[in-house]
Amino acid sequence: MSVFGTVSVKNGRYRIKGDFHHITPSTPIRNQDYPWGLVGVTNPRDMTYIHTYGGEAVFFENLCKGKIHGTRCDNPDCTFKGTVYLPFRIHCPDCLAKNTVIDLTDVCRKTAVIHTYMVCERSGAFNTLDRPIRFINVEFEGISTILMSYLSTGTPEIGMRVVPIFRTQDPTYTITDLSWVPTGTPQEALPKGFSFE
Amino acid sequence: MITFSERQLRVPRLLRPVYLVTAGQSKFARAIPEKKTEELAIDAFTMAARLIEKSPAELKRYIHTAYYGHFADHFGDQLLGEAVIHDRLGLDPLGNVGIKTGGATGGSTLWEAVKAVASGYSDCVLAMGWERMDEVPTDEGNHLISCAADKDWETPLGHIYTGYYAVMAQKYWQVFGKQEESFRRTMAEISVKHHGYARFNPFAQAPMKITVDDVLQSPVVAYPLRALDCCLMSVGAACAIVCDEETALELTKNTTNKPLRIWVAAGSHTLRPACRRNMDIPLLPNETQDQYADLGERFPGGDRYPGFTGFLAARMAAWYGYRMTGIVDPMEDLDVIELHDAFTISDMQTYEDIGLRPYGEGRDFVESGDCYHINPHTGQPGRLPSNLSGGLIGCMHAVGATGIMQTFEIATHLWNRWSEIHGDPDLWREFGREKPQDWTDLQVRGAKRGLAISHAGVGSHVTATILMDPDHLLKDNA
Repeated sequence: MSVFGTVSVKNGRYRIKGDFHHITPSTPIRNQDYPWGLVGVTNPRDMTYIHTYGGEAVFFENLCKGKIHGTRCDNPDCTFKGTVYLPFRIHCPDCLAKNTVIDLTDVCRKTAVIHTYMVCERSGAFNTLDRPIRFINVEFEGISTILMSYLSTGTPEIGMRVVPIFRTQDPTYTITDLSWVPTGTPQEALPKGFSFE
Repeated sequence: MITFSERQLRVPRLLRPVYLVTAGQSKFARAIPEKKTEELAIDAFTMAARLIEKSPAELKRYIHTAYYGHFADHFGDQLLGEAVIHDRLGLDPLGNVGIKTGGATGGSTLWEAVKAVASGYSDCVLAMGWERMDEVPTDEGNHLISCAADKDWETPLGHIYTGYYAVMAQKYWQVFGKQEESFRRTMAEISVKHHGYARFNPFAQAPMKITVDDVLQSPVVAYPLRALDCCLMSVGAACAIVCDEETALELTKNTTNKPLRIWVAAGSHTLRPACRRNMDIPLLPNETQDQYADLGERFPGGDRYPGFTGFLAARMAAWYGYRMTGIVDPMEDLDVIELHDAFTISDMQTYEDIGLRPYGEGRDFVESGDCYHINPHTGQPGRLPSNLSGGLIGCMHAVGATGIMQTFEIATHLWNRWSEIHGDPDLWREFGREKPQDWTDLQVRGAKRGLAISHAGVGSHVTATILMDPDHLLKDNA
């Protein structure tokens, strides 16, 4: 019986438990058009990666607490001091100083507007979102960048006012824990596990 | 970066002239189960040797270093695939290196190869690119491609790269296309043109005789993009040989290939479109600041540059490339081009990024008939025929090979060998493809200068490869 792989960190090192890969034998690929001659083999691969969020961990940790964090360059010597970033940037792309982490939840609630969008009927392997996926890019007042995310209810339009919702139950600690709905959407219309705060 | 220092805007200069002497490519197809990648690479190399009447062994004796373009190791489950190909080509122990810049990998491979010759490190360099996209199911392939987006901020959102790209298409469609039916039909016309030209290209994967309505009725992938608006997933290889002048003359002596001058310039922009910040439009030699002063009034929402409607990396590749080579107006100074038509709409966006038309007016390049081999409105040769290979929509997108395929195609026009190569009945037979009864010679008569744009995904990397007949340069000391 296999056990899902889990990882924690202790004394600065990864501690790994469980199964991180599953072994499946190769099978032959044969040519139906040419007396079933051998063409090649399948090479099954089933493995789990271990990945750190590093300095961005605060952003992903706080989504399930109903918070959106971004960053701001506060380096007085930077030509672009005061620029605010969401997506979160650990370092300023201009001066490379470490940015200040700031809570942007309120700005997002009050000023989020759809900059562009796309309704996508297809997805790739490992997708966990419901299809069609309503990709949206959200712009905010005072923030220099435009966040990519997805709309959970309604039909997206450029210029539509939206508000953030958060997967507070059974969070995945990925960017999918953050979603958006049109302004005025009632709590009961939110997807299971999501709330406004 | 949204402002540039003078040093960053220095016009690049090659320390000595570099020449493209020959190139070759394999068949391109969605799947080629009968051949390993090394066989495809050898097919491409053998063709390059044949075009200058050399045996592969003879050509190999000139090569000093090798640059290999292969984007997605994941697809083949083979790291250091470059070393495999290098060994199978029998080029050990020469120095070699792999290049990876997403969809621009082929162009970037040429960029590195040209610099190796220009610097004097090597006199003769092999640039070889390939991709193998047939060894995983399509949905897993889509996941692997989506890994070229930001793995924390984008990939978990559907694991589908089209979604990250198509938001940009949507913005362009609404701002510059104004959601007009006529604009949508112009997008579809690009697909009709590229699938149509692919019918005359024996290397091409998706030759089709289709109509605008066929495109408009094909399945929606991500509205407004439909299946026939999108590029192919392909298997295949392409290569080019670049040399200094002395070696180029020796390699091409008594052959049909005239050595062509080659330059490659490159630009980049954020991997995440989300991170694009507002900036001034870097102007090409044929533009003025004034002409964009009212862009936001003419196209509401179009005043944010590059926003989600322009590709800064393409603009910068052209910015450097045109100044390197003396191009002032690409419509006047170039004779034939190959653009990175990942989608019909991105083909149109590129017309603006590289200055074929001003920002906001890209559709006119198609609607005027300028982009055709023969302008359908006048019956005369098009002013600047584009993607006569069929491009990524009709010919192939074997990622690491694509930029090299485009350069091969441009070169065949400048060598005046397009018809000889693409019309060769033996080649059609060898690839198991039927040469159409109405096969048409697409040679651009008298072509002396050409351009190929190689472009990565949402615009993270773009290269501009410029080829010129050395007797028709635009600038001294280029």
